[in-house]
Amino acid sequence: MSQTVFAPWSDPGAKPLIEFRNVTKRFGDFTAIDGLSLGIYEKEFFALLGPSGCGKTTMMRMLAGFETPTEGSILLSGQDLGRVPPNRRAVNMMFQSYALFPHLSVWENIAFGLKREKQDKDAIDARVTEMLRLTRLEKFKSRKPHQISGGQRQRVALARSLAKAPKLLLLDEPLGALDRKLREETQFELMDIQEKTGTTFVIVTHDQEEAMTVASRVAVMDEGRLVQVATPPEIYEQPATTYVADFIGDVSLIAGRAKPAGERVEIAWAEGQPPIVATSETSLSTDQSVHFAIRPEKVHISKERDETRPNLLQGKVEDIAYLGNISTYHVRLSDGTLLKAQSTNHRRLANRGITWEDEVYLSFTETAGVVLTE
Amino acid sequence: MRRLLIAVPYLWLLALFLIPFLIVFKISLSDITLSIPPYSPNLDLSAGWSGLVDFVRALDFENFVFLTQDDLYWKAYLSSVWIAFVSTLITLAVGYPIAYGMARADRSWQPTLLMLVILPFWTSFLIRVYSWMGILSTEGLLNQLLMNLWIIDEPLQILNTTTAVYIGIVYTYLPFMILPIYAALEKMDDALLEAAEDLGCSRLEAFWLVTWPLSRGGVIAGCFLVFIPAIGEFVIPSLLGGSDTLMIGKVLWEEFFSNRDWPVASAVAIVLLLILIVPIVLFQRNEQKAREAEG
Ligand SMILES: Nc1ncnc2c1ncn2[C@@H]1O[C@H](COP(=O)(O)OP(=O)(O)OP(=O)(O)O)[C@@H](O)[C@H]1O
Ligand SMILES: [Mg+2]
Repeated sequence: MSQTVFAPWSDPGAKPLIEFRNVTKRFGDFTAIDGLSLGIYEKEFFALLGPSGCGKTTMMRMLAGFETPTEGSILLSGQDLGRVPPNRRAVNMMFQSYALFPHLSVWENIAFGLKREKQDKDAIDARVTEMLRLTRLEKFKSRKPHQISGGQRQRVALARSLAKAPKLLLLDEPLGALDRKLREETQFELMDIQEKTGTTFVIVTHDQEEAMTVASRVAVMDEGRLVQVATPPEIYEQPATTYVADFIGDVSLIAGRAKPAGERVEIAWAEGQPPIVATSETSLSTDQSVHFAIRPEKVHISKERDETRPNLLQGKVEDIAYLGNISTYHVRLSDGTLLKAQSTNHRRLANRGITWEDEVYLSFTETAGVVLTE
Repeated sequence: MRRLLIAVPYLWLLALFLIPFLIVFKISLSDITLSIPPYSPNLDLSAGWSGLVDFVRALDFENFVFLTQDDLYWKAYLSSVWIAFVSTLITLAVGYPIAYGMARADRSWQPTLLMLVILPFWTSFLIRVYSWMGILSTEGLLNQLLMNLWIIDEPLQILNTTTAVYIGIVYTYLPFMILPIYAALEKMDDALLEAAEDLGCSRLEAFWLVTWPLSRGGVIAGCFLVFIPAIGEFVIPSLLGGSDTLMIGKVLWEEFFSNRDWPVASAVAIVLLLILIVPIVLFQRNEQKAREAEG
């Protein structure tokens, strides 16, 4: 890759496009957003990820201007949005329910925002045509929203929110209603559009795979707070807490006590078992209680005991999840801990050796997992 | 079986509309007499074929011609249409904000509000009109209140004027305006207004560009539901209106019961029906269009 890496968040001189400063939002005595600070940079594709009710939509609605923060402030290009009403913000939102105007045609829906700006007719025409082409909707421009399919409706909603060329585009679970295949297609379409238009995108999603696919950075939220904000590989490989590790992807967690030894750390996790040897970037104190988190695909599984392998553990296969291209083995270790291991199915089913109740040996390198203290 | 089901509404129409209509139409072609029934000719079936021929020969359009000669009738028709039209506009102006308020009210309140709109139907229409007489008369509640508040010195003459008729019609038909508008507004997704604002509309623009067009079907339905029955309204003008309130329903009643001129009364009724067909057909079209739009 010859491209320069896009990472304004690691550049201390870069000014964020959006800045949340200690934002708190309460509904009555319920705190939906809890003292949240965050910077989102221009041209980012920023994903908000979290369980239902953690405050993702509330954050979007504050950005769009439908809710005002109870405390703290939100800045757009350094300007406090304060009580700027939604119609005066250079922010557009694509609604979870699409919210297309049922009495207007596809063309009129897309032109709606442009007409409000009192642009002249030719300019509007040109812009709408461009949007129709971008979202491949030319054929449907004179249809009403109820005369097109769900996927097409979703594209109209996208075109409508893009038409005004906002500085910031908010997408609240934009692909929730689509089937898997169309979803994947649209994800790539979104990334393509984002690249072409250079708009900053903030996307809310339930789907961690979607977040990993499209986003430049992912924020994992829990109960109105940010748990971790990082690039997809970082979030996956270096989760900050067990919550993030568990939320993103598949993970096995082993509780134990740390015993730091220079660069390395030994984790005593069960009586009479050799400790797990791992590396840790944070400094740990002796006997600190920690969790060792490891992704299934980083665990090697074999029926033969190979003494040369590091962190060799013995267990019994309890369950096998066959996913076509890969299989996940649930292995019960001698002390009762469950560890997942994954291997690619490069051989046909009948030729593979490991089945239920087999005694197997698991192993992983010292850098394969992470040691978490929270 | 299916044919039978389809036939039911037609039989219903035949029995309750077409047959009475034909009877009234026949009477409208007859002449007034002092007998029982007070018109002739009557079909004499015992005379056989020649009886039928005599009967048909005796029918004529005299009564319809008469309606064009006395200007009372066309003035009454015109004034009825005008009063119905103005009442419809007033009802819309009063009903729309109420329906809007109901649709925007807290969800848990809406059934109660809906109940309150329908509640008046639980008492007899006649009693409610009579109670308006009590409110509007010179010694009535309204005049007493205004005088006690020193707003007026002399009681206002409201009862027995056309104003009272407007008040009566607006009051009576208000629920027919509110309900269809409420139904249209209630279906509307609030996110549409947020979307409109997000795309640069002020609140007022969002109302004109989104709320109003989306409630138009309800508005049109409500207007017809008020306008159509208001044209033929009889009870309200005769109880609340004065001698100068000219409405065709009242004329019809007087022809029938005071003059005992059944043929002319029938002719008045037939013409009224013809006038009503226009808005009724338009109303049906509107309903059909609304159904199609919902697809
Ligand atoms: N208007 C409101 N009044 C009271 N509570 C609210 C309101 N809006 C949101 N909440 C509460 O705030 C919390 C966060 O809501 P929000 O809609 O932001 O969740 P979310 O993360 O978008 O969830 P989901 O993934 O299910 O869409 C929820 O517990 C919700 O009940
Ligand atoms: Mg949400």
